[in-house]
Amino acid sequence: MNEERYERFHYIIGATASAILTVLAFGAMIIGEWDRTLALWVIGVSAVVQIVVQLRFFLHIDFSRQKREDLLLILFSLLMLTMLAGGTIWILGDLSKRMM
Amino acid sequence: MNPNPYPKLHPGLNLGPAHGVAHEGSEAVLFGFWIFLMSDLIIFGILFATYAASTGPMAIAGGPRPTDLFDLVSVSIQTAFLLASSLTCGMAILAMKYGENVSRVKLWLVVTALLGAGFLTFELRDFASMMAHQGTPMRSAWLSSLYALVGLHGLHITMGLLWILTMLALIQVQRLSNKVKTRLLMFSLYWHFLDVIWIGIFSVVFLAGLV
Amino acid sequence: MSSLFGRLNGDVTPFTEAFNHPSVSSLVAAGAASMVVVGAVALLILLTWFRLWKPLWRDWLTSADHKKIGIMYIVLGLVMLARGVIEGVVMRGHQATALQGGFLSSEHYGELFTTHGTIMVLFVAVPLVVGFINIIVPLQIGARDMAFPVLNQVSLGLTAAGAVLLMVSLVIGKFSTGGWTSYPPYTGVVFSPGVGPDYWIWAVAISGIGSTLSGVNFAATIYKCRAPGMSLMRMPLFTWTALCAAIMLVYAMPPVTVSSLMLALDRYLGFHFFTNDLGGNMMNYANIFWMFGHPEVYILALPAYGVWSEVAATFSAKTIYGYDSLVIATMAIAVISFTVWLHHFFTMGQSTSVNIAFGIATMIIAVPTGVKVYDWMATLWRGRIRMTTPMIYLIGFFILFVIGGLTGVILANPTIDYQVHNTLFLVAHFHNVLIPAVLFGMLAGIHYWFPKLFGFRLDERLGRWTAYLWIVGFCLTFIPLYVLGLMGMPRRMATFTNPSYEPWVLIAGFGALVVLMALIMVLVTIGYSIRYRDKLAVPLGDPWDGRTLEWAIPAPAPAWNFAVIPKINSRDAFSTEKEKGNPYVRPQSYDDIAMPKATAHGFILCVAASVMGFALVWHIWWLTALSFAVIPVALIARAFVRETEQLIPAAEIAHAHDAWLNAVWSTRGVTRDEEDSPANRGLAAPDGGPA
Repeated sequence: MNEERYERFHYIIGATASAILTVLAFGAMIIGEWDRTLALWVIGVSAVVQIVVQLRFFLHIDFSRQKREDLLLILFSLLMLTMLAGGTIWILGDLSKRMM
Repeated sequence: MNPNPYPKLHPGLNLGPAHGVAHEGSEAVLFGFWIFLMSDLIIFGILFATYAASTGPMAIAGGPRPTDLFDLVSVSIQTAFLLASSLTCGMAILAMKYGENVSRVKLWLVVTALLGAGFLTFELRDFASMMAHQGTPMRSAWLSSLYALVGLHGLHITMGLLWILTMLALIQVQRLSNKVKTRLLMFSLYWHFLDVIWIGIFSVVFLAGLV
Repeated sequence: MSSLFGRLNGDVTPFTEAFNHPSVSSLVAAGAASMVVVGAVALLILLTWFRLWKPLWRDWLTSADHKKIGIMYIVLGLVMLARGVIEGVVMRGHQATALQGGFLSSEHYGELFTTHGTIMVLFVAVPLVVGFINIIVPLQIGARDMAFPVLNQVSLGLTAAGAVLLMVSLVIGKFSTGGWTSYPPYTGVVFSPGVGPDYWIWAVAISGIGSTLSGVNFAATIYKCRAPGMSLMRMPLFTWTALCAAIMLVYAMPPVTVSSLMLALDRYLGFHFFTNDLGGNMMNYANIFWMFGHPEVYILALPAYGVWSEVAATFSAKTIYGYDSLVIATMAIAVISFTVWLHHFFTMGQSTSVNIAFGIATMIIAVPTGVKVYDWMATLWRGRIRMTTPMIYLIGFFILFVIGGLTGVILANPTIDYQVHNTLFLVAHFHNVLIPAVLFGMLAGIHYWFPKLFGFRLDERLGRWTAYLWIVGFCLTFIPLYVLGLMGMPRRMATFTNPSYEPWVLIAGFGALVVLMALIMVLVTIGYSIRYRDKLAVPLGDPWDGRTLEWAIPAPAPAWNFAVIPKINSRDAFSTEKEKGNPYVRPQSYDDIAMPKATAHGFILCVAASVMGFALVWHIWWLTALSFAVIPVALIARAFVRETEQLIPAAEIAHAHDAWLNAVWSTRGVTRDEEDSPANRGLAAPDGGPA
């Protein structure tokens, strides 16, 4: 298989996997009729997996090769995002609990 | 099986050494663009956090609730449009990378733009119908944060469409010059990034809101 | 009419106010406004008289040269510093008479502390720091320019647009009275229906986008444009701090852009993010703002720490002590600074556990900072120390900054913070960190790098007196505020009734005058040095026996920085070459150099953004739409420009470089004993080494 076909195949895998995960997430709405928590877990996990799939197959991020320091940029951004968004939810959630 | 043993110059899409100067020249530009996207990611992250903190009864303030406003069918159509446009955007990059086929690059870009426009049409239709049911951003804190988050994504898509039109004109004038190649790579990073953000939006806002 | 001029009418200037309701307060406002108008008119006349319009446009406003952009940033910072200091003096003067009611109205006082804070943080400290990063980083890493020279122009343009809005607000309309943090609901449309908060929003949002782009540019430059052999762990420490500050800008500026734009949505379109009604949550504003606000402090402080590292090593003639620990400390500060933002609102009502977590993180961040102070002191240990102006600032920094840092650790304890929250103790604390670290650092940087930019040194005698004045003025102005804070005097109050505050307030008022003197002395030093620049000239480029790459090139640095990109084999690259005995080598051959072409892109965006901000403030919608439309049009038009670079022929470079090398070889170098004499032409002779 030549490079072009390999890369095209790559994109198609990504799109197919994303489509399946999207259907799974939307399908979780049916589970939600009985078990809301389980449905939220399915939605959350399939979203995270789909983000990873898109990063891998559309944005071509991987852990191999010599330019690993650049990937630290993305991981560092995730750390920042976790701290800032997580911190916000923690602080505001705590405040709203204390106002109830 | 890994036929891509050549070095990457920056995270994500790379042109490959076959493109010589354009490959080398894109190094700093695309790395810088990644940094910019990470900054954009923080903007979305804060809006996500604000949204998540604004879903309680206090923030809904007696106004319409998610179940009153959201249209899951429309959201799934939008999702399909955007996912398909991500794929066609990738095809445009492959057409550039292998063979440098100008007309195929243009064709895939036009298809991407049409899919993006389709996404935007359904999103605006949703906004209009929400507003018709009292779901305006002025009604409650929850709706304010909803419109800010989803609206900002829609604004990004709009800018993306403008970008595609500019790229089409640029390709018309300069063919696939080194600069155009770098700009196309930048655009595709942007477009894929928007799809990733959309995964967060349909999961956190629409699905979690309705379940 | 209102569709044409929005909220604008003839009554919005302080002149009409002073005419209709004459009082000391309104006269002060009118005086300030006339200073802006007279200053602007004088500038226009001078430019025309000396026929400077064309050189200004050709060599500066359209230049993409990182050094010129950096100088423009620093000039902007110094101009705004003058306004900020004058405002500070007026406020201290007012407080000195505040027991009797003071001479300002409380609204005017509110405007003053708001503009003072906004200006000092965003339009003094940021431009100075960003300016130095711009100038020095490419020189230290052996690059010819920034990774994105035109983006650099745009960043400057957006920062300047914010500053323009602040200056315009003195003449047309009134600025916010909501403090530099602009907390809603007070700054919401219900309680502040005027234009003040709108000026604040657009000044902050527009300049904030500029800063984000600067961060992107600096990070890409340092990652991707280093000279061969310049590995990360060989970078000079100023560049290291610049890298960390750049990354912080990328992650810390988005929050303030978001929070100010959310406030704008509340005010302009009736959204409910931070309002009192319909579910608005103003606590989220404080939360988002300080996600920016706290890292911002370290964005400003880190590059200043970088200056201290350079100054301590150079003026002790020693390698910096503990390079690795300084790098690790810098990175640690950069990351930890994103985990402490809640300490700005300990008293907002969250659980003890939340407060404790952020309190502990705040105390931890003092540790890497302490490591740095020890490293610098160890660098001085047994060095060949010269007490030059930057060193005097360094000593002042050591003593004062440690006090300021320790009061920060005290405030990090939530229980203590509850006691002194919103008092002058806090005001004393943050001035005590920011002035010795950032302002002294930048002034030391000006003295240290001025010769590299302009080819002559600043006068040492005047420089030392200026430094002493700053230190004394600082102590007199801000130490009393600690006492006042502990006595319970709240911040941001126009008047007070407790007579026991009076003596301390008077001392602080006197101190403010000393600070004003110090500011004037900065200008005097620069003016005097320009006049005697022949005596102070150091064209050979190395007046201080420098250690890093920027001292290996002529002064002023040529447009292309390096005639040939150097190969780096060690830290302190230039020092190593000097120790080997042959630092100046004629290159075997020269190549053509491609440099970015001058372009009006940044200037156009600056004008468009300024006009857009102004139109938004005054609700002039047609102008908003028009000026906003310019931005995408300019960006798209730029994409179609093909020739963005100009080639400088090898012969021209060879000519200039060879002339400089010949001058180096025919000049007698000076030892450190003669550093301060006219014999110092910028060539360092081997010294006795550490005494």
